[in-house]
Amino acid sequence: MELAISVIAGFMILGAIYAIHARDLLSAVIACGIVGYSLVICFLLLKAPDLAIVQIVVETITLIIMVAVVLDSSREEAYGKFDRRAWITAGTAVAILFALFWFMWMASADLSPLGDDTLRMANAYIDGAVESTGSVNLVTGVVFDFRGYDTLGEATVLVTAVLGVLTILRIRGRKG
Amino acid sequence: MTVIVKKTTQLIAGIIFLYGIYIILHGHLTPGGGFAGGVILAGSFILLILAFGSDFLHLLREERGSTLYENLAILIVLFLALSGLLAGANIFFGNWLPHGTPGELLSAGFLPLYNIFVGIEVAASILTIFLALVIFKEEVMK
Repeated sequence: MELAISVIAGFMILGAIYAIHARDLLSAVIACGIVGYSLVICFLLLKAPDLAIVQIVVETITLIIMVAVVLDSSREEAYGKFDRRAWITAGTAVAILFALFWFMWMASADLSPLGDDTLRMANAYIDGAVESTGSVNLVTGVVFDFRGYDTLGEATVLVTAVLGVLTILRIRGRKG
Repeated sequence: MTVIVKKTTQLIAGIIFLYGIYIILHGHLTPGGGFAGGVILAGSFILLILAFGSDFLHLLREERGSTLYENLAILIVLFLALSGLLAGANIFFGNWLPHGTPGELLSAGFLPLYNIFVGIEVAASILTIFLALVIFKEEVMK
């Protein structure tokens, strides 16, 4: 399973790199879709169907909206010149990449194999969830009972996003 | 869109809507829940709008309705959470309804209610964003 996830993660990295460098914005959007749908397969392999359902539906709707936006605006990407500043940015990015790999290399000796360990918090949830919430689906029990504040925050963020979209689009639509 | 797309959408949209309702109502039993089911509900409406084109006045009315439903649903979630403060052990998000036997449809106290109203809220939110974008495009085109 680790091999499969590694291969899928490789695909995701390739898709992300292509999305950055594509000259046609429509193919860049489709390449972003590779990342999202590969993530769905990763969630399914890691036995998280709740997340997989949400991810596949949200990814599809986002892709529809992005394709509509790209088709209505420009399909060409605006390119800048590759000057000294760009070299400094690229050098910093590569340095950070190597630093992260080095830390990962140092930490990997102490990690336990994939799927062997659960956190102490997660163990407390797993042990008493069905008795204390009455919900057979553990995820719903955690999301709406143990972590109700979190869910309320998410819902509020969604409402705020809708209010922001309505405010911006309505004002500009009235002027135009 | 062509006749084929319209007919297929007519056949499929209702099934997708029912599937979303199933995901929401069984959120405390099977994988899924308010967020996933709500997005599926919004997806069925978006499919209909994409296939049958945008009739402008109709869309404006629909957007007013979805905004209303979104705000009412988040208010009801808030009041349900506050009701835990009034009854029982004085806990915000307290689950004071009887839990029932785990595994049945009517069990887990407040969790199905939270699932239903969060589902309505998510569906209305995503539909509102989509409708706002479509209406904005129509207004700019005019």
